[in-house]
Amino acid sequence: MRSAILQTASRYLLPILLLFSVFLLLRGHYYPGGGFVGGLVASIAFVLHSFAHGTVNTMKVLRYKPLTLIPIGLGIASLAMFMPVFFGLPVMTGLWLDEPIPVIGMLGSALLFDIGVYLVVIGVVLTILFTISLHTH
Amino acid sequence: MIDNQIIATVVVHLFTAIIQLAFWSKTITQRILSIAGCIIGFIFSIILFTNVFNGSILTMNAANWEAPFGIVFVADLLSSTFVLLTSIAALAVSIFSAVGIGKARMHYGYFPMFHFLIMGLNGAFLTGDIFNLYVWFEVIIIASFVLLTLGGRKAQLEGAVKYMALNILASTFFLTGIGIIYGITGTLNMADLSLKIPLVQDQNIVNLTAIFFMIGFGIKSAVFPLYFWLPSSYHTPPSAVAAIFGGLLTKAGLYALFRVFTLIFIPNEFIKTVLVGLAIMTILTGVFGAIIRNNMRHLFSYLIVCHIGFIVGGLGLYTKVAFMGAIFYLIHDIMVKTNLFLISGLIRKLRGTMNMSKLGGLYAEYPKISLLIAVVLFSLVGIPPLSGFWPKIYLFEASFAGKSYLFLASLIIASFITLYVIAKLWAEVFWKEASTDEIVADSFQPLSRFKKTLLILPIGILACTSLFIGLYAEFIIQVANRISNEMLDPSPYIKAVLGK
Repeated sequence: MRSAILQTASRYLLPILLLFSVFLLLRGHYYPGGGFVGGLVASIAFVLHSFAHGTVNTMKVLRYKPLTLIPIGLGIASLAMFMPVFFGLPVMTGLWLDEPIPVIGMLGSALLFDIGVYLVVIGVVLTILFTISLHTH
Repeated sequence: MIDNQIIATVVVHLFTAIIQLAFWSKTITQRILSIAGCIIGFIFSIILFTNVFNGSILTMNAANWEAPFGIVFVADLLSSTFVLLTSIAALAVSIFSAVGIGKARMHYGYFPMFHFLIMGLNGAFLTGDIFNLYVWFEVIIIASFVLLTLGGRKAQLEGAVKYMALNILASTFFLTGIGIIYGITGTLNMADLSLKIPLVQDQNIVNLTAIFFMIGFGIKSAVFPLYFWLPSSYHTPPSAVAAIFGGLLTKAGLYALFRVFTLIFIPNEFIKTVLVGLAIMTILTGVFGAIIRNNMRHLFSYLIVCHIGFIVGGLGLYTKVAFMGAIFYLIHDIMVKTNLFLISGLIRKLRGTMNMSKLGGLYAEYPKISLLIAVVLFSLVGIPPLSGFWPKIYLFEASFAGKSYLFLASLIIASFITLYVIAKLWAEVFWKEASTDEIVADSFQPLSRFKKTLLILPIGILACTSLFIGLYAEFIIQVANRISNEMLDPSPYIKAVLGK
C-alpha cells in the first residue's frame, strides 16, 4: 500500500530523524543517549522510508549495503579500545582532549567508540529488517 | 601495572574477525586471514605462557581503573596454560576448516564467528572479574549458537535448541549467583571476593550461592544430571565446529568451576562429597552411553562426558595430588578431544559416513593416516607412556589417599570400557573388511595434494602435542604442580591483583 501522505512525510522525516540521531549520539557523554539509541533512531528513519517507498528504493538511497557498516563500525570501536596502547596506557583507557570544543563539548576516545556502536547498530538493524522484508515479497 | 600483552590474544582474534567481516564474500581471503590470525594468536600465547611460567602472575587493569573497582585481567599459570591450549586447538581447527568447511557456510560468516568464539574463550580464561566472566560466557554462547545453526538443517536446529535452552538455564543460575554474591559482599573482583567471602556472617547464604555456581558451571561443562544437551547437539554441526566445541567449550565451564571453587568458595565437606558423587555418576553414565553408540561422533560425545567426570572428581577430592591429576588430564583432554572430532571429519571425507558398522578397511587403504590416528586413540586410552596414562596415576593415588573407593572404582571401570570402546572402533573402522554392498564416494582422493595436507596437518599437530605431553610428562607435571600450588594457596594471586 502506497500512501501519499506517508511518502511526503517520510521525505522530510528522514533528514530530521537522522539529525536527531546524531544529536543523541553526541549527547550521550553526560546525558541519556549515546551510540546505541542514536543508531536505533537512525535505522528507524530508514525503516520509515522503506515503509513509504519500498525496501528497494531505500536501498538505493543508502547506496551501500548496510552489511558493510558492521565491519567499519566494529573497526572504529576497536580502534578506540586499542588506541591507548600507543600512549603506553592499558587498553580501553579513555583519552581526552585538554580543551573542550565549542558546541560538542569535551572530546575523547569514548566518542569514537560511540560512533562505532552507532554504525554497528544501523548496520545490524537494517541488515536484519531488509533481509526479512526482501524475502517476504 | 600496565601489561597489555595479557589481552593480546583476545585482541588478535577480535581484529581478525573484524577484518574478515570486511571480506564477507571472499572465502579464500577469509581462510588465509583465519590461519594467519591463529598463528599470531599462537605466538602471543606462547609469549604469555613463557612470561608467566618464568616470571610471576601478570595483571592488567582495563581502562586504568584500580583493581577492586575496575575490571582486571589476570594471567596466572592456570589461565595462561588454558590460553595456550586454546591457541593450539584453534590453529589446528582453523587449518582444518580451510578445506573441511563448505563454501556455503563460509559465505554466511563461519570464520568471523569462529574467531569471536576463540576471543570469548581467551577472554573468559583471562578475566579476573566474576561478572566479566559472565559476559565472556555470553560471547561464547552467542558465537557457538551461530556456529551450531549455520547451515540450518533440521537436525542442527533440533540440537541447537537443546543446547541453547540448557545454556540459558545455566547462565541464569550463574547470573543469579553473581547477584547474590554482589549483594552480600559488594564486590565482583575475584581476588577481592576471596578475601571478603570468609568474613560474611551468614555462611549458609555463601554455601547456597556456591550451589548456584556449581549448577550453572555444571550444566556448561556437561556434568551429570544435565549433560544430555552435549551428546544431542555435538554430532550435528560440521566436524571442525564439533572439534572446537568438544575440545574447548565444556572446558571453559571446568575452568570456571576450578577458578570459583579454589579462589572464591573454599568447599566444605558437603560440597566436596557432592562434587565427587556427581563425578562418579558423570563417569558411569558417560562411559555406558558410549558403549552402545554406533556413530563415531556420538561415541566421542559420550566419552567427553565421561572424561569430564575425571576432572570434576579431581576437584572434588581437593588435595594437591588430585588437582595435579585433574589439571594434567585437562591438558591432555583438550588436545585429544579436539583431535578426535577432526579425525571423525577426516573419516567422513574418506568414506562419506561416520557410522562404524558401515565403515571398514581404512588400514588397508590408508596405512599412514591410520597410524597417525592410532597414536591419538592410544593417547586417549592411556597406554603408557602416552598422555592419557600419567594423569590417571595421580587420580588413582589421590582417590586411594582420600579413601573414596567408589570414585576409584568408577575410574577403573571407565578406563577399561574406554579401552573396549576404542578397540571396537579400531576393529570396526580400520581392520574390518570394507563393506561392499554400499559404495560410498571417497571425496578425499580427488583433492589436490595441498588440500590433503591441510586436512592431515592439523591432526598431525595435535597428535604431536599429545605425544609431547606424554613423552615430556615431566614438564607437564611441573606445570600441573605449580598450578595446583596456586590453587591451594591463592595469596599470590590476590597479592598480584590487589597489591596487598
